[in-house]
Amino acid sequence: MNDRRIVGTSVARMEGRDKVTGRARYVDDMSLPDMLYGATVRSRIPRGRIKSISFGPGINWNDFVIVSANDIPGKNCVALIGEDQPCLADGIVNHPEEPILLLAHPDRHLLPEAVDAVKIEYDPLPAIFTIDASERLSQIIWGRDNIFKTYLIEKGNLDAVWGKADHIVEAEYTTGAQEQLYIENNGMIAAFDPEQGITVWGSLQCPYYVHKALMRLCGLPENRVRVVQMETGGAFGGKEDYPSIIAAHASLLAIKSRKPVKIIYDRLEDMSATTKRHPSRTRHRTAVTRDGKLLGGEIDFTIDGGAYQTLSPVVLSRGAIHAGGPYHWPSVRIRAKAVATNAPPHGAFRGFGAPQSIFAMERHMDRIAEVVGLSPVEIRRRNFLKPGQTTTTEQTIREEIDLGQLLDRALELSDYAAKKETFAKRNLQTPANNLSTKKGIGIATFLHGAGFTGSGERYLSSLVGVEACADGSVRVLVSSTEFGQGTNTVLCQIAAEALRVRYEDVSIAQPDTKQVPNSGPTVASRTIMVVGKLVQSAALGILHTLTTSGKLVDPYTPEEFRAACRAHVAEHGPFRSMSRYEPPEGIFWDDEKYRGEAYAAFAWAVYIAEVTVDLVTYGVTVDDFVALQEVGRVLHPVLAEGQIIGGVAQGIGFALYEKVIWDQGRMQNGQMTNYIMPTSADLPPIRVFFEELGNVHGAFGAKGIGELPMDGPAPAIINAIVDALGAPFDSIPLLPEDIFDAVDSLPASETEHATVDGR
Amino acid sequence: MNSMPDSEITLTVNAKLHTLHAHPMERLLDLLRHQLGLTGTKEGCGEGECGSCSVLMDGLLVNSCLIPALQARNATIVTIEGLAPGDQLTALQQAFLDCGGAQCGICTPGMILAASHLLKKNPQPTLDEVREGLAGNLCRCTGYKQICEAVLEAGRHGTKSEAAK
Repeated sequence: MNDRRIVGTSVARMEGRDKVTGRARYVDDMSLPDMLYGATVRSRIPRGRIKSISFGPGINWNDFVIVSANDIPGKNCVALIGEDQPCLADGIVNHPEEPILLLAHPDRHLLPEAVDAVKIEYDPLPAIFTIDASERLSQIIWGRDNIFKTYLIEKGNLDAVWGKADHIVEAEYTTGAQEQLYIENNGMIAAFDPEQGITVWGSLQCPYYVHKALMRLCGLPENRVRVVQMETGGAFGGKEDYPSIIAAHASLLAIKSRKPVKIIYDRLEDMSATTKRHPSRTRHRTAVTRDGKLLGGEIDFTIDGGAYQTLSPVVLSRGAIHAGGPYHWPSVRIRAKAVATNAPPHGAFRGFGAPQSIFAMERHMDRIAEVVGLSPVEIRRRNFLKPGQTTTTEQTIREEIDLGQLLDRALELSDYAAKKETFAKRNLQTPANNLSTKKGIGIATFLHGAGFTGSGERYLSSLVGVEACADGSVRVLVSSTEFGQGTNTVLCQIAAEALRVRYEDVSIAQPDTKQVPNSGPTVASRTIMVVGKLVQSAALGILHTLTTSGKLVDPYTPEEFRAACRAHVAEHGPFRSMSRYEPPEGIFWDDEKYRGEAYAAFAWAVYIAEVTVDLVTYGVTVDDFVALQEVGRVLHPVLAEGQIIGGVAQGIGFALYEKVIWDQGRMQNGQMTNYIMPTSADLPPIRVFFEELGNVHGAFGAKGIGELPMDGPAPAIINAIVDALGAPFDSIPLLPEDIFDAVDSLPASETEHATVDGR
Repeated sequence: MNSMPDSEITLTVNAKLHTLHAHPMERLLDLLRHQLGLTGTKEGCGEGECGSCSVLMDGLLVNSCLIPALQARNATIVTIEGLAPGDQLTALQQAFLDCGGAQCGICTPGMILAASHLLKKNPQPTLDEVREGLAGNLCRCTGYKQICEAVLEAGRHGTKSEAAK
């Protein structure tokens, strides 16, 4: 009898050995015989009509394969939610870097010069670049009103609360674009065979998204499109939708040339042309009582979607649902809107709209605290959602979550009270101390829903398989992808635990649409909770087959399981057990009114940041960071901690470092030299703690974890800077020059900054 | 590349002597990946910022995307493939596995070479020395903490094996 638990232990990463030895195969490590290299000719202007395309001198154009929109066999679109985005611009361009032509050549060194030699003349059209300009309708660039999507979430009678309020607190918050900055640039290889159809190998998150897009583009049936995920060097949402475009481009070149084609972006192209986190603007107007209770609020949440719809409606949805934070709102009205601008489309990035709206909510809570005269701790404590209460979509909290207790633990872990007091004293400027730094401490409390929103999981209807193999081991069959988070490892742990076999007796198939069922996209913190649960039940199907056939008698050892499995396969051949998602009973969601059970489960967190602001350079150092969360059962402690630390690091970048400089819709700093992410020398000790309250939804009680840590760091850090300086900051990223500008423009009495050398 | 003739480049990679023909300005990174098939060395940015293409050249840590072929002439190069013989792992590689130092894996080869270079210079570094020593290698997944733990762990292991001798 094997009573050793596999779930909850830190087994070796499934593909870890290949990664530490350099054997792991990423798309750029693969070549096919006779392969060409592809490149993309892109728009240099934000909006206009293409007048002419000509091919400049000095290039032997006969040696190049050239593809334009006219070569597309099916529909010229990137099929996703809508079909408004062309795969190649046809007569009109709507953003800088929009793909217009494709080139391929056997010698990759000849491509950059050829791309530059394609001359495109345009009739420029007026373009718009900001949410405000899009709303003013100074130009209509998409649909009738530049609006991709709106949502309205209403709860209670908001109109009745304003008269009862002791305070009405209003403010506006903005967040900037953020580049995912996976270290492996996007890339894809396509091969075409008139019989077999199209096969692509690439760096991607969602094989079946690419599959759908290629079917539509090439006019091919399901069985003549094959998508294979190679080892993927980071994604963070950045490889959710854009890989469909690169796969489409490589496929078009492969179809025309009848040769395999590889397209690998360099860093500049990847950063300039592919998706980023949506810039956002959130306006809060909140009615509060004198003792700090929220009576109701109006939240306007607007995101800049760029030139095409892509994933904006879904990003908007998640941002809107999270906009009220982990608080009880007796009444609320959330208006959410995604608008078009002439920038490359913004897309998925860890958190998916929630980091934007939660930044606003958490800054606003500190502002409310100040107006009411309460501490940031107390204002939160008085408004936390409690079991039995409802969220803004009127989802009843059924989990036994005690946010007050979670907060207390985080305060203790961070030594909050003592630090708050000490910092307040030491920050006092006197003529004698000539203060060169100030210190502050800030809190963010938040939640993150796991899985697709509302009816999303029902529509996805994910299918998972577990296969019994000839050697008696089992193999997990999912389209869920590994890109660092630990999908392979944890899904195998789950199968091993369900079957009570060794972790070594389980493997996982490479995601390949010819081999694996559609277990849905690898997004939305859904893999372990939703797909993991299906893996668990599919694994039990194998066990059922073995026990009903009489080959295995419970209790059994892993060796006995293996022998039984081997015997059964020898007799009947390899067999599979499949499991399809079924919505839990009693789940109510209204897609029209945006009301009901938005998520099967929420993860909860309290993050506390301690900062030092240098009064000479205005640089901010995060000195300590406590990340406490309740994510259900932790299935793999080392991987879970790694997810949290990595997410916090990206959140610190979002708050303090990562600024996309735009000019006419083009990113001006698309290099690692001038778009700055944190290095090992920049980050504080990130101290990670888990509460495990248990949860019925996911596999072995797990909930979603991947996106949560992106939500809290930015507001916690900015709240800490506000605590240090006493000046309000409501916009991120917050760079030293922004702090300098703000502090410099304040009256001297509000914040006296250091005098340097008698200045 | 322009029409300069190829040069003959002799260099030692992972203890094997190679004579290659390449454009003098061809990047060492491309020589390793395309001519020698050593794809463990990764390209992240192509401008010496991310450190994914780090290799050891004559005992020094370099970004192979910034080294022209001509400069690598007669050099001794160690890539991730040359770190441990056969199927074995070095203590450092094992520590990366145990501590969670590799997530997506794309920065890992460069990071491990940078860390092994650091440990060679400083067999028992402090946490701050590790943070400083690895600051030229970017990782977007881990937030570096588990990487630093792996390096410290390998340092402790190295000291133990020294003591056992």
